[in-house]
Amino acid sequence: MEASYSDRPKHLAHHFAESKQQYDSAKLGMWLFLLTEVLLFGGLFLAYSVFRAWYPETFVNANKELNVILGGLNTIVLITSSVTMALAIRSIQLDRKEATLKYLFVTLLFAFTFLVIKYFEYSHKFHEGQLPGKFYTFEGIDGTNPHIFFSVYFMMTGLHGLHILGGIGVITWMMIRVRKNEFSSQYYTPLELTGLYWHLVDMIWIYLFPMLYLIR
Amino acid sequence: MNTIPEQNFLTAEKGLKSWLTTLDHKRIGILYLISITFFFFVGGLFALMIRLELMFPQDEFFIKLDDFNQVFTLHGVIMIFLVIIPSVPAVLGNFVLPLQLGAKDVAFPRLNLASWYLYMFGASFALFSIFTGGVDTGWTFYAPYSTTIDRSVISMTMAVFIIGFSSIFTGLNFIVTIHKLRAPGMTWFRMPLFAWSIYATGILQVVATPVIGITVVLLVLERLLGIGIFDPTMGGDPVLFQHFFWFYSHPAVYIMILPGMGIISETITAMAHKNIFGYKAIAYSSLGIAFTSFLVWGHHMFVSGQSEFAAMVFSFLTFFVAIPSAIKVFNWIATLYKGSISLDTPMLYTFSFLILFTIGGLTGLFLGTLSVNVTLSDTYFVVAHFHYVMMGGSIIAFLAGLHYWWPKIWGRMYNEKLAKIACGMVFVGFNVTFISQFLLGLKGMPRRYATFTSEFAQLNGFSSWGAFLLGAGLLLTAIYLIHAVYKGKPAGNNPWGALTLEWTTSSPPPHNNFEKSPTAHYGPYDFDKIVVESTLDD
Repeated sequence: MEASYSDRPKHLAHHFAESKQQYDSAKLGMWLFLLTEVLLFGGLFLAYSVFRAWYPETFVNANKELNVILGGLNTIVLITSSVTMALAIRSIQLDRKEATLKYLFVTLLFAFTFLVIKYFEYSHKFHEGQLPGKFYTFEGIDGTNPHIFFSVYFMMTGLHGLHILGGIGVITWMMIRVRKNEFSSQYYTPLELTGLYWHLVDMIWIYLFPMLYLIR
Repeated sequence: MNTIPEQNFLTAEKGLKSWLTTLDHKRIGILYLISITFFFFVGGLFALMIRLELMFPQDEFFIKLDDFNQVFTLHGVIMIFLVIIPSVPAVLGNFVLPLQLGAKDVAFPRLNLASWYLYMFGASFALFSIFTGGVDTGWTFYAPYSTTIDRSVISMTMAVFIIGFSSIFTGLNFIVTIHKLRAPGMTWFRMPLFAWSIYATGILQVVATPVIGITVVLLVLERLLGIGIFDPTMGGDPVLFQHFFWFYSHPAVYIMILPGMGIISETITAMAHKNIFGYKAIAYSSLGIAFTSFLVWGHHMFVSGQSEFAAMVFSFLTFFVAIPSAIKVFNWIATLYKGSISLDTPMLYTFSFLILFTIGGLTGLFLGTLSVNVTLSDTYFVVAHFHYVMMGGSIIAFLAGLHYWWPKIWGRMYNEKLAKIACGMVFVGFNVTFISQFLLGLKGMPRRYATFTSEFAQLNGFSSWGAFLLGAGLLLTAIYLIHAVYKGKPAGNNPWGALTLEWTTSSPPPHNNFEKSPTAHYGPYDFDKIVVESTLDD
């Protein structure tokens, strides 16, 4: 039943009987990892809910200080990058290596664009003194404890930003592996898992954007 | 005469480098065993320091009052995060699970090795913290104390964060292994119950651990940046920290006990040579415990100022945990009925477990009862209760598993006579230590105090002598187990006459686990259909 070692594909690790078993395992493992990511962010979502329930006025007033245009732009950037990521995977399924590289590169560009926009947002807040906790110096937001809103804002977007950075690293690594011809329509599991991760990071932002920017 | 096979996973490669770069789940299990044993003895030394200080009523008999808080904190942090949580899954789960499933390895061997390195990396943070000021918050790191004291809290909580990820990766690896790498014929209900318990544990590790991760990150940010979310003077809430903490740490109790329960299901059937009573009930109760454990964290916070209504609901839900636990205990007892019971060391530890865990579980019901809890909260009754579950349950089950699988791991048998003596010392020493503490708690002695009045003197002295006996028993265990690795009598493939797949391969197993990929033709405990003789020489 097991294939003998000579006709086993190179990517198939010794402890799997066949490629499909390896592919299914990797995919299940990745979904479980994404579940842990959801729970990691879950703690922050909980903190957000608690403090929004405690200080509803502060949250409404403080969120007016956020730049909806830049936030919205970033939402579009990330959603588009998810599309290009999906196209990269589709291309490798069709054995089109050049197209795969091209789409991964565009995804990478979008990721950097997101961070650049985020940088402008952050530096504006630094300048205004809209900072977390004890560093908060801004005056002009009505409501109790406005610094808590910015604690929550910086923790949530900061952790998300770290995940974007991680994604940039992984996508770069995937581009190197594509260039080295490690993937083909027969085997592209790591690329697909990178895609899953990237979509999750995208999706978390889709929740963060309305929760932080669109409170009215 | 039994012999040790020349080709086995221990001889497959030589040298330190081959161990530090190994992808073999069996060798990774042994790496974990060595590191966890080291920390077990460090944590144990801290425990003995506590008992030495509390032997007599005078202040600063052995350690300074200020240092006392450090000592019990380090005992707790090391024993929980560095020892008990990884113990059974990372050591025995790693070694035994793929063998039981008839697999060649876990699903992700590199991730498996990475999780050991993460564990060591985290452990080095913990050691760094100990040498740079330590922590005296108790293992729970409650804010605002932990966010304001001038001690090495950050590196200790980072240790918890990193070791948490090691635990997540272990759990994730095992879940995928169980789903995807079972041998042909190994249906879900032909899986050994140890695998079921590891599966339930894996779910808890994957779902609960990220929450402690984000909790300690928030704690670190609170210290570094003063973000204020746990600080009442800035509009934050210290009770929020407790909710965060116990949302993980209550399920973590089951991360610690569930794999132990799995071991008991294996040893009790193998030693009674009888099919398990209520296979499906035990399998599903593992999942039941895992599920219920997420709904009861508030019972750690009855006196924290949470709403009375919430406290009532948490108290009510807490009783539900008792149901799946009791299902297991009754099924194990029923398994013994009309069995052909051998009283080898694993069985003695199994009996110890049944007694100690039952006491620990039942006293848990006292504490889950809202009104009783208010009286007993923060007394030695609580300390005794969780030691009965954590040590009397998890560690005793771990010892049962070590004695049961030791001949499989090394191919050699330990000295049974010494093992039985040590088991007796551990059992008696443990009970002397902690029954005294139940009584102390009922008399009102608060936990975490470095000193006490003379009315508590007798019981405290008694408890300390018990702890020394317990420590001596564990030391003896370490000595004869290590001796067995080099000098033990070869044990043969199947010293206990058990039916699960790990006993069908040689001891120690070959590098690829099985000469020929196995097929599961029968259930793991079909002793009524198949007779396997023990391979031990008399």
